[in-house]
Amino acid sequence: MQEDTQLNGFEVVYKKPVTLTDTPFHYCPGCGHSVVHRVLMEVIDEMGIQDKTIGVAPVGCSVFAYSYMNIDMQEAAHGRASAVATGIKRIHPDKFVFSYQGDGDLAAIGTAETIHTVNRGENILMIFINNAIYGMTGGQMAPTTLLNQVTSTSPYGRNCETMGYPLKITDMLVQLPGAYYVTRQSVHNVNAVRKLKKAVEKSFEYQKSNPGTCFIEVVSNCPSGWKMTPVESNKWLEENMFPVYPIGDLKVPSGK
Amino acid sequence: MEDKNNGARLMKGNEALAEAAMRADIDAYFGYPITPQSEILEYFTLEMPKRHGVVLQAESELAAINMIYGAAGAGGRVMTSSSSPGISLMQEAISYIASAELPCLLVNVTRGGPGLGTIQPSQGDYFQAVKGGGHGDYHLIVLAPSSVQEMADFVFDGIRLAEKYKTPAMILADGALGQMMEKVVLPEEGSLPKTEKPWATAGKPATRERNIITSLFIDPEKMEGINIRLQEKYEQMRDEVRFEEIALDDAEFALVAFGLSARVCQKAVDLAREKGIRVGLIRPITLYPFPKEAISNLTNKVKFFLVVEMNAGQMVEDVSLAVNGKRPVYFKGRMGGMVPTPEDVVEKLESLVHSLRKSEI
Repeated sequence: MQEDTQLNGFEVVYKKPVTLTDTPFHYCPGCGHSVVHRVLMEVIDEMGIQDKTIGVAPVGCSVFAYSYMNIDMQEAAHGRASAVATGIKRIHPDKFVFSYQGDGDLAAIGTAETIHTVNRGENILMIFINNAIYGMTGGQMAPTTLLNQVTSTSPYGRNCETMGYPLKITDMLVQLPGAYYVTRQSVHNVNAVRKLKKAVEKSFEYQKSNPGTCFIEVVSNCPSGWKMTPVESNKWLEENMFPVYPIGDLKVPSGK
Repeated sequence: MEDKNNGARLMKGNEALAEAAMRADIDAYFGYPITPQSEILEYFTLEMPKRHGVVLQAESELAAINMIYGAAGAGGRVMTSSSSPGISLMQEAISYIASAELPCLLVNVTRGGPGLGTIQPSQGDYFQAVKGGGHGDYHLIVLAPSSVQEMADFVFDGIRLAEKYKTPAMILADGALGQMMEKVVLPEEGSLPKTEKPWATAGKPATRERNIITSLFIDPEKMEGINIRLQEKYEQMRDEVRFEEIALDDAEFALVAFGLSARVCQKAVDLAREKGIRVGLIRPITLYPFPKEAISNLTNKVKFFLVVEMNAGQMVEDVSLAVNGKRPVYFKGRMGGMVPTPEDVVEKLESLVHSLRKSEI
């Protein structure tokens, strides 16, 4: 259509997908959440599956994800997003279902649901935002907080003797036969965003035949919680997060 | 087994309830094993695949009830069952379900507590069931069966009411009702038509706004509005009050009991009348909404109330509120999985009647 390609005599090369609402994101400047939201909604728009997709929002910074995503959604209790997504998918096995969770939600309070959802090979996409901190509650230690990382509840740095180690839950999930596609991506630069989009596309493409769980970890930043500027946080992410949480596919379908 | 007696069968309470749920066209059951109700999960895992429904043994009660939240939000007719400690574990999500106004059926085949307690029958979860149970101001519709027949029938009533009021309904049974075998005529298959659920998360077509299932309303004015709506709904539910009156026409005294205790009291009424004590029984069937008017009306007729429960005295508080000081309200209870006998009840009744007669002289 004319309006889609032309605007006031200019050629339109980039626009908001119909799957995003007009509500402005509440996320802090530089936070990865809004980028991941956009990537997810772009894929749903481009694949033409808005009417077949149901999402589950978690408790955490993305608790209001349904305010921005123009699709049917449910808001889950803390940690239970994958159980809620299981319930939805079992009622609508022919629809696309995803859960969107942070590290506290998916890898601390919801660890049992995470493991058992993947172990059953629930035919959903789980998106896991790992920014090594509890953002919404004010920057407390997360299961994925790095050793010696300072947070409001590890003010002297995370000490493995009393606080345990950064939990590499994605690496654990790879072991489960129910996991079909497991990948770790990021959104700290344009190239990374493009790769994430490919991973999301693949996951929804796979879900058409319900072959098992697709799991995407997104190593992301938290400028406010880390007490850094967005630029500093992306640099810190590359230097400190990537050595512990290396980017790349952890499990791909055989023959693909 | 089917017999020639109008389709009556001899069934265990838990199995009659599960079979009734199949006939009520349940789309999905999510549960976790716990005594004394594991037969429900077992029955579903055996029968549901034959009927093309969903049955899932979850990793915990926590997961099971959140699957219920998801599946109910997605428009399914869904249920779960558990026993006391498992129901405690579900309370957070039950509060979410009540707030998000989703219909579902919950079954609590209770056991003695507190704590891990015992696997014997108890009514110690009355407060938890009728006062909300989880956080915030909400109520469940609570139905209390007192026979295997009602274990089956109340599945239909529970689902019908849950869907009518978009709220969770609970069948509050106990371990004895779950385990005992009685004659039951099962409800007819297909007699509970599915209702339209335009609010469900089934995928957003271009023709409507997106559906959001949530219990989060961060603006307190909006949250108060949700609360007001819930309270108005609970007021409307008063139309659904159900109770049974036994031998109250000429009664001088009233027993009040629900569930298994009411069965005990029914026998106690017979025994007491043989001794010349004119006593009747009122049995609340809906514990929420509570039959407070029916009990209040009895204050014009009886001299006192004796509430009999398998707990330390829970429903007695609601009876006292209904009686509102007009007549004495007494209590007889056993706790921790012990069931009072009809003789226990008659003994208590006799001593109360004796004291009353003495004071009247």
